[in-house]
Amino acid sequence: MLKEWIIEKSLIVAAMVSFVIIAFIIMIVFRAGVPLIAEVGVGNFLFGMDWRPEREIFGIFPMIIGTLLVALFSMLISVPLGILTAIFLAEVAPEIMRNILRPAIELLAGIPSVVYGFVGLMVLVPFIRTHLGPPGFSILAGSIVLAIMALPTIITISEDAIKAVPKSYKEASFAVGATHWQTIKNIILPAARSGILAGVVLGSGRAIGETMAAIMVLGNLPVIPTSVLGPIRTLTANVAMEMAYAPHGPHRQALFATGVVLFIVVSILVVISNRLRRGQ
Amino acid sequence: MLTKTPLLNETDISASTGGERMSRADKEFKIVVRNLSFYYGKIQALKDVSLDIQANKVTAIIGPSGCGKSTFIRILNRMNDIIPGVRVEGKVMIDSQNIYDGNVGAVEIRRRVGMVFQKSNPFPKSIFENVAYGLRISGLIKKSSDLGERVRRALVDAVLWDEVKDRLNASAFKLSGGQQQRLCIARALVIEPEVILFDEPCSALDPTSTAKVEELIQNLKDKYTIVIVTHNMQQAARVSDYTAFLMLGELIEFNKTNKMFTTPSEKVTEDYITGRFG
Amino acid sequence: MISAHINEKIAKLVLWISSLTILAILLAIIGFVVMRSIGIINLEFIFSMPRAGGREGGILSMIIGTLCLIAISTTVASPIGIGGGIYLTEYAGEHPLSKIITFGAEWLAGVPSIIFGLFGFAFFVVFLGWGFSILSGGMVLACMILNETIRTTQESIKAVPASYREASYALGATKWQTVSRVVLKSAAPGILTGIILGIGRAAGETAAIMLTVGSFMALPTSLFSSVRPMSLHLYLLAIAEVHPGAIARAFGTATLLVLMVLIVNLSVHTIMRRYTRALR
Repeated sequence: MLKEWIIEKSLIVAAMVSFVIIAFIIMIVFRAGVPLIAEVGVGNFLFGMDWRPEREIFGIFPMIIGTLLVALFSMLISVPLGILTAIFLAEVAPEIMRNILRPAIELLAGIPSVVYGFVGLMVLVPFIRTHLGPPGFSILAGSIVLAIMALPTIITISEDAIKAVPKSYKEASFAVGATHWQTIKNIILPAARSGILAGVVLGSGRAIGETMAAIMVLGNLPVIPTSVLGPIRTLTANVAMEMAYAPHGPHRQALFATGVVLFIVVSILVVISNRLRRGQ
Repeated sequence: MLTKTPLLNETDISASTGGERMSRADKEFKIVVRNLSFYYGKIQALKDVSLDIQANKVTAIIGPSGCGKSTFIRILNRMNDIIPGVRVEGKVMIDSQNIYDGNVGAVEIRRRVGMVFQKSNPFPKSIFENVAYGLRISGLIKKSSDLGERVRRALVDAVLWDEVKDRLNASAFKLSGGQQQRLCIARALVIEPEVILFDEPCSALDPTSTAKVEELIQNLKDKYTIVIVTHNMQQAARVSDYTAFLMLGELIEFNKTNKMFTTPSEKVTEDYITGRFG
Repeated sequence: MISAHINEKIAKLVLWISSLTILAILLAIIGFVVMRSIGIINLEFIFSMPRAGGREGGILSMIIGTLCLIAISTTVASPIGIGGGIYLTEYAGEHPLSKIITFGAEWLAGVPSIIFGLFGFAFFVVFLGWGFSILSGGMVLACMILNETIRTTQESIKAVPASYREASYALGATKWQTVSRVVLKSAAPGILTGIILGIGRAAGETAAIMLTVGSFMALPTSLFSSVRPMSLHLYLLAIAEVHPGAIARAFGTATLLVLMVLIVNLSVHTIMRRYTRALR
């Protein structure tokens, strides 16, 4: 029985690994980033308007605004599109459409973010530049690309939530003479609300955490934008752009500090999404 | 088929044997079912069922599980339309209109034929909104005071009003199982259907709640035509005027309830009723 | 009444349109990338080394780099993920530990890849002194795909009928004998799909790689060599180059990445179809 004991213990260790990784990430990223935040001051770091690493001025407020704006605008596109498609898949689609759409959505989820960024760079950016005005690298371009990327998350989680609504609700609604759409609108969607919301929250988490696509179409200027056609820099882009030439000192620490802020924001969203899903 | 199409034989009405022949008395039948067959894909769940359901009476459908009684009752309000791959043959006439005619909409039929389910299934809404739902989606009620009055009347008819009048905005899930089932009855009543179908309405209820629901069903037949599916023979004997016995998708016997439970004409019926099988 | 019917029609039309929009987006992205890479993708492109900083020649070393990363990450993540999945489904039961571990895995899945990059840079590259290398990058990817392996292992094990286990126990088998010979054998195809999905993710990942493998274009000679995987190559060509040769090669690389995802998804589907048929 010693063998059984050893196996069970090693399985526990394997199971613990993911938790250990999370702990390590927190420890290492926070240890490298938090001292700088403390030195600069939380207020100055979060709400500082200027990012001038060469003069050791580290304010990430424009990037926080930029990140939130892009996430918001991308959700404006992907939430309606995603929820409607989820309803279609769960309630309306004929078998054949379902068999086409499901793999299509999986494919959409599987395409690497760098490919999305590349297509955005080759198509959207020049299009916006010539038809709507320069520079083309813009919140608009980023929002569209991130919206497409967030779709699979929103669709899959919303569809699961809709399917989890007890069939008896649907039957009861039909039995009093409701049409299918009335049933969907008045009974199914309200009952699936928290699950759908979980999908939206997780989708915005994806948009906030996305790096490659953001970096390739958003222009990466750390300024507060004045129009959707203007460029911005996200928190993720800040880290990715400057890590290559900031190997030492406070500049590198400031990038880790940016990572800390990003990590906290995304973790909060993961927790909210998790709660919502369990709440259903 | 074990017998010729069994029809009412104890009434003073001459029963029609074919769908085409309309006798003088057909007007008193609320629902006339002729040569009804039903398929789930390739599986046949009902075989050539013909039967007449009288207005303002309670008709019980009994039979062993899997006999097709739930399938049958769900045909009467086109509830089976939701399931993909099903097929209906034959006629179901309500007031001499075939509800499976191409130009008849399932939604209209379900407004005329209400349904109460086996397990009480209130919506995750307030007590008031559960009842009001059918009216709201119909778009017929414009004034909110009318809505309130209709909801109140339905709750009174379902003998629930006194228990819930002080907490209409509470969640329906706060009610007991029996109360929830009566709420579902009120929800069916509020749109004033002509027929109400009960699909084993008491199978999840305790005896006290069951007695209340049974009494309610008795009272409702003054206004409505009632069809009830039950696996409980005593219940069928207590509440119904007519009883149909189904087995393996076939209608074995259809008769007045007290005749059926005292001197059934078929040996199988007797075996079933006396508990020799099923 | 009539308006309810018209509403129904309109609503269903909108549902159809949004779903077809998503299909159209997917086809447009893939179509665009593939069309623009016609003429560049051939055996020479795949099997020759890059020249002139990637403006000429092929992408052999990038493909090798990507394959190395896939090999390391799946070799490391698979046993740990499978072990963890086994523990959570077969051993943990209602143990509070299992809730913590599951939450840790979900949390890990939500962490943005750039944070993994920061962690990998600070831990593998700097702290462990592995430098920008295949090993550092492979380990970071292993952390990222671990969650997928755990999740699919859990799901496939849960799908194994309890009767299989009971039959094994009834013959006097120990727990581990039952798990390893009966449960894992039936769950193997499902677990395999998890590993394949992990491969797809590792092949497309860019942000985390950027901070850990460097971007050296030569063929690797050891675990400690820096490489430039395909995804990173695509990014670097896309943002820095206007040379037509470089852009054409970027499209070629993008097409190969999409093709990889396509193969991954197809094989997962094929395996799952056979598997579910066998279980029936």
